[in-house]
Amino acid sequence: MAREMMPGRRRFTAGSVGADLLILLWFVFSLFPIVWMVLLALKTRSQQTSTYFAFSPTLENFGTVMSRRGEDLTSVNFSGALLSSVLNCGGAVLVSLLIGIPAAYAAGRWKYRGSEDLMFQMLSFRFAPELMVVVPLFVIYNQTGLFDTTYGMIWVLQLVTMPLVVWILRSYFQDLSPELEQAALLDGYTRRRAFVMVALPLVRPGIAAAALLAFIFAWNNYVFPLILTDSEATTVTVAVTKFLGGGGQAYYNLTAAAALIGALPPLVLALTIQRYLVRGLSFGAVKA
Amino acid sequence: MTTTVTGPHREGPRQEREAPPPLPTVPAWRRRLRPYLLSVPAVAIIIGILYPFVLGVYYSFLNYAAVNPNPVWVGLRNFKAVLTAPEFWHSVQVTLVYAVSATAIETVLGIGIALLLNRSSIIGKIFEKVLILPLMIAPVIAAVIWKLMFNPQFGVLNHVLGLGSTFDWLSRDRALWSTVLVDVWIYTPFVAILVLAGVRSLPKEPFEASDVDGAGWFYMFRRLMLPMMWPYILVAVIFRLMDCLKIFDIVYVLTAGGPGNATRTLQVGAFEDSITNLNYSRGSTYMFLLWIIVFAVARYLVSVLGRAQRRAAGAEG
Repeated sequence: MAREMMPGRRRFTAGSVGADLLILLWFVFSLFPIVWMVLLALKTRSQQTSTYFAFSPTLENFGTVMSRRGEDLTSVNFSGALLSSVLNCGGAVLVSLLIGIPAAYAAGRWKYRGSEDLMFQMLSFRFAPELMVVVPLFVIYNQTGLFDTTYGMIWVLQLVTMPLVVWILRSYFQDLSPELEQAALLDGYTRRRAFVMVALPLVRPGIAAAALLAFIFAWNNYVFPLILTDSEATTVTVAVTKFLGGGGQAYYNLTAAAALIGALPPLVLALTIQRYLVRGLSFGAVKA
Repeated sequence: MTTTVTGPHREGPRQEREAPPPLPTVPAWRRRLRPYLLSVPAVAIIIGILYPFVLGVYYSFLNYAAVNPNPVWVGLRNFKAVLTAPEFWHSVQVTLVYAVSATAIETVLGIGIALLLNRSSIIGKIFEKVLILPLMIAPVIAAVIWKLMFNPQFGVLNHVLGLGSTFDWLSRDRALWSTVLVDVWIYTPFVAILVLAGVRSLPKEPFEASDVDGAGWFYMFRRLMLPMMWPYILVAVIFRLMDCLKIFDIVYVLTAGGPGNATRTLQVGAFEDSITNLNYSRGSTYMFLLWIIVFAVARYLVSVLGRAQRRAAGAEG
């Protein structure tokens, strides 16, 4: 039925029931692993390999993973990794905002020589193979003592957060009519005050979306902490994978509990900025 | 020079507002300099990141390894060694198979899901909210979940699908396709939400007109919808293809490149060389070659995108 392509028309036909079934099929596939992870996280150790769906659930694993007891069992300091992740990613986003907002404003407001080069250099970081940068950094960090430190991680995470912040915010500043600031200038505002009092408040949703999305991507990153940290500044993503590699003594239930805790912050943040997600994920290329 | 700066309650004639006079308090050369000054910190960051990048390129012309801390210039010897090694070409093949198949499957499924969700049924409304969940979980965490599900003995997949306890998802023949499956699970929503945004931005009139003319569903999809959505689809394809070409985390967690070298993609290979075996020069050579591939593909796709955007804009206007 051709009508079905148009929004706003609803009718019950064999086609529409079939379409609903197809979409249901996708969501069973899409949600099953997440449901399974939750189930596994609620099992005891003796249930983890012997049961599938019928078992007596317990919340104990979450406490174990976060505590000293979990570290004794699996030799993974998960609460420490959580704290490092927050510090690394929070610091990286903060630096990116402080440096990225002025650059995004300049690129969005004025055409000047080199601005496109600057933006494309930023974008190329998004698409460059990470190891190209990380291998030399591994050598440099080992020589300078930045290995396994929060500062070292904040620095390298700019590769993830900076392009995101600059590209998203440039698209927001471009959408902002320059006449608003010109009006403020005519009213006797200085450039700086016009920026702070007029432009900045108007792109606040964009800043929030860019900051949270940058945080999510920094949080989810794996290559950088895998290579550039050891125990002090290691992150949640590395810690979760370490649960699997505990020679012989496998605690799958604890692995699932850790995975769930590690996955939760990005999920919560993503749901709060869902409206801006398309624009953010496409670096401002798709304005939804 | 008389100052033209006036108070907040200035009421000027209209044409003055459209072409505001330059404020004499700020000289012109400073105004021209302003965007550069604002970009200085960002340029500093870029240089800071380009430095290790250039260093990496430099490594690929040395014989630098942890066992050889005083490297010397060896010219193109690394490139010759890598380009004549069958395992490099095997990695290229694995990477291309992974990237092309994952991107193709995700694009087709993503477009399908977007079209289905656009039908504004109640089920669609509910599911749209949870569509992005797999996308926001860290890819490594997703890979850990799937690795547990893939386990032949106690993994839930063999149990639910009735495959018994001998079916090995990560065997030599199947491992690559299992990693693609995980990639599809994570990133299909990415394509879907981009395309969905595209579908929703389409004008209604052409569709109503061709509906009146009695055009069929497939005709409308192929002749109207696809050309108009092409830029959105291309953006999604560019992001997916680029990320798949440098895939590391999913493969590394699921198989670490194995069994044997069945899933040894270029970045996994570079990791093995430079971090596991501490042969920095060889790893950097791998990366430099991958970077050239990624760069060439990106250049080509961005030019295609530019053309598609101009055509779509023409089609709409």
